[in-house]
Amino acid sequence: MSVNYIPATFAVLRDTDRCIKCRACERQCSNEVHYYDADFDKMFVHEEQCVDCQRCVTICPTNALKITENPNSFRKASNYSQQLILENYRQAATGAVLLSSMGNPQDFPVYWDKMLINASQVTNPSIDPLREPMETKVFLGKKHTHITRNPDGTIDMSEQSPQLELKYPIMFSAMSYGSISYNAHESLARAATELGTFYNTGEGGLHQDFYQYKTNTIVQVASGRFGVSKDYLDAGAAIEIKMGQGAKPGIGGHLPGKKVSDDVSKTRMIPKGTDAISPAPHHDIYSIEDLRQLIFSLKEATDYKKPVIVKIAAVHNVAAIASGIARSGADILVIDGFRGGTGAAPTRIRDNVGIPIELALASVDQRLRDEQIRNEISIVAAGSIRSSSDAVKAFALGADALYIATPALLAIGCHLCRSCHGAKCNWGIATQRPDLVKRLNPDIAYKRLVNLVRAWDHEIKEMMGGMGINSLEALKGNRLMLRGIGLSDKELQILGIMHAGE
Amino acid sequence: MKRVYVNENRCLGCHLCEYWCAFANSGEDSIVKAFKLNREAMPRINVEDSGEIHFAVQCRHCNDTPCVKACITGALSVDNDGLVSIDTERCVGCYTCVLTCPYGCIVIDEKNGGKTVTKCELCVKNAGNEPWCVKQCINGAIVFEDRTNAERQAVL
Repeated sequence: MSVNYIPATFAVLRDTDRCIKCRACERQCSNEVHYYDADFDKMFVHEEQCVDCQRCVTICPTNALKITENPNSFRKASNYSQQLILENYRQAATGAVLLSSMGNPQDFPVYWDKMLINASQVTNPSIDPLREPMETKVFLGKKHTHITRNPDGTIDMSEQSPQLELKYPIMFSAMSYGSISYNAHESLARAATELGTFYNTGEGGLHQDFYQYKTNTIVQVASGRFGVSKDYLDAGAAIEIKMGQGAKPGIGGHLPGKKVSDDVSKTRMIPKGTDAISPAPHHDIYSIEDLRQLIFSLKEATDYKKPVIVKIAAVHNVAAIASGIARSGADILVIDGFRGGTGAAPTRIRDNVGIPIELALASVDQRLRDEQIRNEISIVAAGSIRSSSDAVKAFALGADALYIATPALLAIGCHLCRSCHGAKCNWGIATQRPDLVKRLNPDIAYKRLVNLVRAWDHEIKEMMGGMGINSLEALKGNRLMLRGIGLSDKELQILGIMHAGE
Repeated sequence: MKRVYVNENRCLGCHLCEYWCAFANSGEDSIVKAFKLNREAMPRINVEDSGEIHFAVQCRHCNDTPCVKACITGALSVDNDGLVSIDTERCVGCYTCVLTCPYGCIVIDEKNGGKTVTKCELCVKNAGNEPWCVKQCINGAIVFEDRTNAERQAVL
């Protein structure tokens, strides 16, 4: 053994006047932070193991616990933050790539927070959504430019491309069974079903028990092709080809072997306990033409009844890529911004690769409109849509619908400790350990998900009403409803909005 | 009658119900006082653990009430609804009820040296309304429901 350079990240503070030594903290901590010493008749902590997941704080019956950053600090330097120093120590000790979870926590500009929403005054009336009808339903898929009529005058629907009907304009993004637990998947599936929207299987296949939710399921086909079969494709209302993920553009997924339990191995069709590593590219896709082949293979396999979605990470030339995808036969395009979450990604990639969803969305919508192919494809924005106001801004920038994942996980207990890759999630979400999975009660969790989406929908309607808009269709791409604040001319130009005051 | 039921698929073995039960029956106004002042804080619910299986056990208020039949002083009684309660003034600590209860739900009150026993009375004598174990269960594992005899048999 040599000196361990890495101090505890957090300090666990216990008010011993309040602690009744019930030891619930000890029993519930999968990181084994708390322990009871009979000789002292006292609780103690191994605080170096704490990840600040807040489980113990939340369940403590006497509110005796607090977790805070360890006040111990290295000598301050703007160039070398304590985080950077520690990461170098860690790599020197292990020789390994640094892994991280959840969204990019670095201090990059959040453009949502630099845009303001309009409201009606005097000249056009605002609308009260509680008194007047308000429409947030969305149909995703190709839209025809011309209407043809049958001899009897009715609209000819025979050539209509398949559409996804969303009662709420928000879907749950792809999170694989493996990265998240059985109970988390069940909660998402049941919530999507009750809401009349969709959840996404992610790249890990679909557990047999969840085939019953097929009308509200989007099945994903990623580069690893885990769990893909004819039955699987049939079990989705739509099929999503994952080309990239906002949190880790340019690389494939990596599910640590300790998360590949019996059931996960069966669902993914891979050996138990082995790391599930998806290749960085799809090995059969090296061009838009190749992508078109896969899209039509999937359409052929499912009788052209289901929309095919292509999901890409927001990267530098995203608009040109999107233009290609719009011409490839795909029905829906998902753009995933660089602050999007992940169950595990190399830290340097998560924190440095890709571009913000706000800029990507604005430039893609503009490019497709300029090329007059916007109707060819619906756009779903993903990658850190954090609230209903972010949602309204995303619609105004041109999104047809949104994917949320981090807010969905927050709804079911996630405290954003960003330790998913450790596979010991104390909230029963990002783990496969049966004793931990049990902590997520789907009967409670699915209702919380339903509540969250309904609450957002209420707020979206309030904001739309304020603008005098009673249908989401009238908000989509309506950039006059946005103004930038504190943004440069270039940023305003890319976002396609004016500055506040203009 | 509404009774307390436990779903073992949801019970996490955190044992918090025991502490809230003890507090509810302590007569104190805070859980900290109930334990710090070392008064009569005895739980009437016990979580049985075996590996990954956890199960909170407390009086089932069953139909045939062997404890009431066995009680030599009439301290244990059952009311018309089926609630089994204890009059500790009458209990002499013979433990016959402890021997007869098939669920092991009669608790020896160690706080008074085992002179009497105690048991779950569905919080009717303290906070009332909803039992505290139900109210405080962190995973919805303990519920307070009116079930038919057939449903109850299925669980037992």
